[in-house]
Amino acid sequence: MDFSDTQAEAAFRKEVRAWIDDHAPRHLAESLAGSGFGSTQTGEFDPLEEAKKWQKIKADNGWACLQWPREYGGRGATPIESVIWNQEEGVYSKLSGTFIIGQGMCAPTMMAYASEEHKRRYLPKLASGEDVWCQLFSEPQGGSDLAGLRTKAEKEGDQWRINGQKIWTSGAQYSDYGILITRSDPDVAKHRGLTMFFLDMRSPGIDIRPIKQANGDSGFNEVYFDNVLIPDHQRLGPVGDGWKVALTTLMNERLAIGGGIATGFPEIKELVDNLTIASGPAIDDPGVRSKLADWYAKSAGLKNTGARAISALSKGEVPGPENSIGKLVAGTMMQDIAKYALDLQGLAGLVTDPEIALSQARIQAMLMRSPAVRIEGGTDQILRNIISERVLGLPEDMRADKGLPFNKIPSGNSQGS
Amino acid sequence: MDFDFSNEDRMIQEQVRRYLQDQCQLNRHRSVLDGNETQALDVWQGLAAMGVQGTAISEDYGGVGAGYLPLCLAAQEIGAVLAPIPFSSSIYLAAEAISLFGSTAQKERFLTKLASGEIIATLALVEDHLEPSPNQLQTKFKNGVLSGSKMIVPHGMIANIAIVVASGDSGPQLVIADLTEVQRTPVQSVDPTLAAASLHFNGNSVEALGVAGNGWGQLQQLLHRAAVLFAFEQLGGAEQALNMAVAYAKERFAFGRPIGSFQALKHMMADMYVALKLAESNAYYAAWALENNAPDLNLAAATARVSATQAFQLCARDNIQIHGGMGFTWEFDCHLYYRRSNYLTLALGGLTVWENKLIEALPQAVA
Ligand SMILES: Cc1cc2nc3c(=O)[nH]c(=O)nc-3n(C[C@H](O)[C@H](O)[C@H](O)COP(=O)(O)OP(=O)(O)OC[C@H]3O[C@@H](n4cnc5c(N)ncnc54)[C@H](O)[C@@H]3O)c2cc1C
Repeated sequence: MDFSDTQAEAAFRKEVRAWIDDHAPRHLAESLAGSGFGSTQTGEFDPLEEAKKWQKIKADNGWACLQWPREYGGRGATPIESVIWNQEEGVYSKLSGTFIIGQGMCAPTMMAYASEEHKRRYLPKLASGEDVWCQLFSEPQGGSDLAGLRTKAEKEGDQWRINGQKIWTSGAQYSDYGILITRSDPDVAKHRGLTMFFLDMRSPGIDIRPIKQANGDSGFNEVYFDNVLIPDHQRLGPVGDGWKVALTTLMNERLAIGGGIATGFPEIKELVDNLTIASGPAIDDPGVRSKLADWYAKSAGLKNTGARAISALSKGEVPGPENSIGKLVAGTMMQDIAKYALDLQGLAGLVTDPEIALSQARIQAMLMRSPAVRIEGGTDQILRNIISERVLGLPEDMRADKGLPFNKIPSGNSQGS
Repeated sequence: MDFDFSNEDRMIQEQVRRYLQDQCQLNRHRSVLDGNETQALDVWQGLAAMGVQGTAISEDYGGVGAGYLPLCLAAQEIGAVLAPIPFSSSIYLAAEAISLFGSTAQKERFLTKLASGEIIATLALVEDHLEPSPNQLQTKFKNGVLSGSKMIVPHGMIANIAIVVASGDSGPQLVIADLTEVQRTPVQSVDPTLAAASLHFNGNSVEALGVAGNGWGQLQQLLHRAAVLFAFEQLGGAEQALNMAVAYAKERFAFGRPIGSFQALKHMMADMYVALKLAESNAYYAAWALENNAPDLNLAAATARVSATQAFQLCARDNIQIHGGMGFTWEFDCHLYYRRSNYLTLALGGLTVWENKLIEALPQAVA
């Protein structure tokens, strides 16, 4: 066991540091550091443009998607090297948010199921940020129960005709491509009639409508498909095998989201270090100390669990369902931290005007974004189901739809077929 | 970077596990609980013969000199079976204190015998219901003799020597007391398998350990190091309690289905697993910090301690819940874990104390 760098790792770190020193967009450093959770502040500059610029410089110099093979735009680096890069990239990593879904979830799915020609054609531009990808999975009738999805795919010669609707698609409004899961056969059990594709988001018949979120932003969208055509060679995996393909994406989703996940600890620490409450400095208050210690222990636990996952990865082990704990712990923790931080300030805690609010209102942004962490990419409840069934081996839930053909499954009266 | 134990460390763990599975099933714990024996002394001797007590003790003093990493894993196995042996008191506390602060002569005299299992030792700190503090120590060390009482000393009934925290001429002072002539009275406790005693010193001659007046700083150093090893015992216990819960939930039926298919219980066990994972990862990091005397050892130790305490408390508590009425019987083993989890929580000062130590060790500005 060794938590310090080997000689080779130290040398690699030095190289990374030197390159970042020379190339990082320093003019953004201050705004980025002040970004509230779930947002990327770039001051007077356009966030998407700046994100793409930084990604492109990285890619041109071999610092994008470090673990991917070189022929797909990566560096062929080891998991540990990639961790070192992430540690050193620091505040500039906030610019990568736009690419997480594409690089973290769509790409692994493409690598596992796309043809060699497609991989060489699409992955390098995904690595360099020239193309942004989105994940078209959730539907009004298929969220936690993803396999309840209804978007129809019908084969016509060597192409597929798509009709239906996706919802909650993050980044669809600025995406170039997407991976899409569809129902190709409604007459078989629900997990069996699914087929996966990737498609050009500018295909005729696609209509993207932003949804305003509870926190006022518009990160996700409704995406309507009206007779959209996809060539058969853009199918990922066999017809009817879409569920298996989707599991590849979802497993990577939990790694990508659960990896160096934000917990809110630095924010609460900064606040209580500088705040005075009725009893004196907040950091001297026994109640504050107790909560702070608990949160520190949890965030350290996540960090160290991540480190162990990297070790396992370096030894060639496959990341398992145990990685579901990251988002499960961090989501609630962030929400609790935000609430407590506000509570310490009384009514003044409500203020979101960055000129008046403490910590530039980052905590209020956290308060309003944290509920989504507990929903996106698998709700807290679904993650607990996964841990109890797939890690602990407990029996599956009793299911009302077991063995039924998809078109015979009860769907409630809210939006039934 | 490599965040896992080596194969050699794992082999030592495996040997300890196999030995304990053979010799120290929970029926040994029960036999001590029911008062049929004070401790499982044959197990204590058996482990000593394998060199487990001496794992981290230097070869110069009869130990194996294999360092703290394998000792941490051995602690985990001892914790898993709730071994009723004076291992934590003797090794994580007393042997550690002597290794850290003892003279060469003291190390030769005591460490060799601790490594061989010939003597049992403990730490005598607590005097009353207050959290111990350097200014309130009533046990006095003067002119080489000790007077005063220690209220609860784990393994005090069977220890040959104790490291006693006393008040000396120039401040707190650690001393080594031979307990042969010392008056002891048994103390009942939540965990009756500790052979706990009150010790009454009445002018017994003792020898100083470490620098005069530095006792409190030394004690803190000792407690932080021991916290890492205690955390591994807690992990072992927590994991076993979770395993028990999962096994029972798969077998027991209600409403025509296994209770393990009820989401309320599944989610409870998922939370137990999460607490355990976090604690495990923090303990791994702390093990490394202990072995390497890392600059952030105090923070790592307090973090491991807080997480491990939370995990074992949660797993032991909810294991009872998942067993229903059976869980509240003397006959079922749930209460053994519940009892032990409370001992291990309080052994070095409770959760609040360690939360405070964690905050004290936190760097001023976290980036
Ligand atoms: C900010 C944000 C971004 C997103 N981005 C994307 C994206 O880019 N692409 C995409 O495809 N999707 C995306 N999603 C969708 C997300 O994956 C779903 O919202 C999520 O899986 C939950 O599905 P649902 O909204 O249909 O809720 P439902 O499934 O209707 O859940 C409602 C409630 O029921 C509970 N529940 C459901 N089933 C069970 C069960 N078996 N056991 C116990 N409780 C249960 C849930 O936990 C929840 O509390 C995003 C969501 C958010 C909030």
